[in-house]
Amino acid sequence: MIPAAFDYHRPTDMAGVIALLQEHGDDARVMAGGHSLIPMMKLRMADVPHLIDLQSVSGLGGISIGSENIRIGAMVTQTDIIADDALAKGAPILREAALQIADPQVRNMGTVGGNVANGDPGNDMPGLMQCLDATFSLIGPDGVRDVPARDFYEAAYMTARTDEEVLTAVTIPLPAGGYAYEKQKRKIGDYATAAAAVQIVRDGNICTAASIAMTNLSDTPIYSEAAGAALVGTSVDDAALAAAADAMQGDIDPSEDNRGPVAFKKHVAGVIVRRAITRAWSRA
Amino acid sequence: MSDKIHIKMTVNGKPEEFLAEPRELLIYTLRERLNITGPHIGCETSHCGACTVTIGGKSVKACTMFVAQADGADITTIEGIGGPDDLHPLQTAFKEHHGLQCGYCTPGMITRAAALLEENPNPTEEEIRFGMAGNLCRCTGYQNIVKSILAAAAEINASKEAAQ
Ligand SMILES: Cc1cc2nc3c(=O)[nH]c(=O)nc-3n(C[C@H](O)[C@H](O)[C@H](O)COP(=O)(O)OP(=O)(O)OC[C@H]3O[C@@H](n4cnc5c(N)ncnc54)[C@H](O)[C@@H]3O)c2cc1C
Ligand code: FES
Ligand code: FES
Repeated sequence: MIPAAFDYHRPTDMAGVIALLQEHGDDARVMAGGHSLIPMMKLRMADVPHLIDLQSVSGLGGISIGSENIRIGAMVTQTDIIADDALAKGAPILREAALQIADPQVRNMGTVGGNVANGDPGNDMPGLMQCLDATFSLIGPDGVRDVPARDFYEAAYMTARTDEEVLTAVTIPLPAGGYAYEKQKRKIGDYATAAAAVQIVRDGNICTAASIAMTNLSDTPIYSEAAGAALVGTSVDDAALAAAADAMQGDIDPSEDNRGPVAFKKHVAGVIVRRAITRAWSRA
Repeated sequence: MSDKIHIKMTVNGKPEEFLAEPRELLIYTLRERLNITGPHIGCETSHCGACTVTIGGKSVKACTMFVAQADGADITTIEGIGGPDDLHPLQTAFKEHHGLQCGYCTPGMITRAAALLEENPNPTEEEIRFGMAGNLCRCTGYQNIVKSILAAAAEINASKEAAQ
């Protein structure tokens, strides 16, 4: 499996990256961990005449936890996420989700920036970031801009990022309440048949806020506002669970593939969202 | 064809320098250019872990890294972990506990297990199974691999204690 030939660039700052992207346009692509891009290049599904390796670019690492927000640099790996105890305290859903991505070797290379920028509906972090109402910071020739995760995904591999922009960081408002990331997969290391990210806030026995996003059940991640709304004001009893699952079903649009037919995926999505809500509620 | 680039890396403590096309996969660099044939090619699609090497202390699948990315890297393969005359405790344990049958997955298994024991010197059976999830074995059913790693961990910890 030999990919097509390419010129390799390893700039050390962002100005160098942007200059290369401007010079080569469509022919250039950035690479973070390469664990989505290299498999695509080997299959010759991605043709990248100019490969720009981000590994030496300064300013793309680091996890910082402020009083209101968490900032995660684009080149932070899934292993870094799991290893960071302060992060696991501030936003425990991130570690819970990262542990369900791929395997240790892949997590050592795979980055947060690559996972959210890739645009593959199978990636776990886009839905997670929609659940957490994260914002993605982009830098390009015209400067920097922020795009909410909930507005970022347009179709499979199509995002709001333009070809000349680089994703530099993800910013997450400090999450409140209980959390759960539930993922149904055929085997460890597999992409989701269905996955659900849930954050729930509870006051006494009443749910006051809920955020729910689903993975690999459409050509984009699905933030289901209606599913969250179905829980607010309830005690998250059976009727509320059923209402939330119904609302979620109205938002997803799975297609048949080797993970199963549409009816099966809808069934699994229902099971997974109920499990995630129940677990998040028990932790709220 | 793109131009060859100048690559420098350290493999098992030995400095290496050569010209290569950037698209060369690290597993081919090791096996065919440097004749280091311990790391195997199983799937070539990032799934099986037979090609696992250690780079800067971290386990990586060498079939999913371009040689250009590894320019400047410090790489350890199974050959750097132990040889016939100085077996690593993991190698001894795999032998004693039948942690291998055909042996195809074994270099990757032991290389990954060595990094796992650095990360977590006292893993439980569950932690071993989770930490080894990127390595597939078609023969053993994993039971004896887990046993071997548990035994090697105990052996390494005992000799550390004895040394103190
Ligand atoms: C065996 C295997 C199993 C896997 N299982 C899962 C799984 O269960 N769940 C899951 O979510 N993922 C899974 N992955 C994917 C893995 O998590 C990837 O590493 C991740 O999706 C991409 O991160 P990366 O850093 O490797 O990105 P790359 O492969 O380097 O890049 C991916 C894409 O994003 C672009 N990109 C990367 N960084 C940036 C940036 N900073 N700005 C703009 N564009 C950028 C690249 O140009 C490319 O198009 C798996 C991968 C493998 C090989
Ligand atoms: S050969 Fe690299 S993971 Fe299988
Ligand atoms: S011993 Fe044969 S594949 Fe593991």
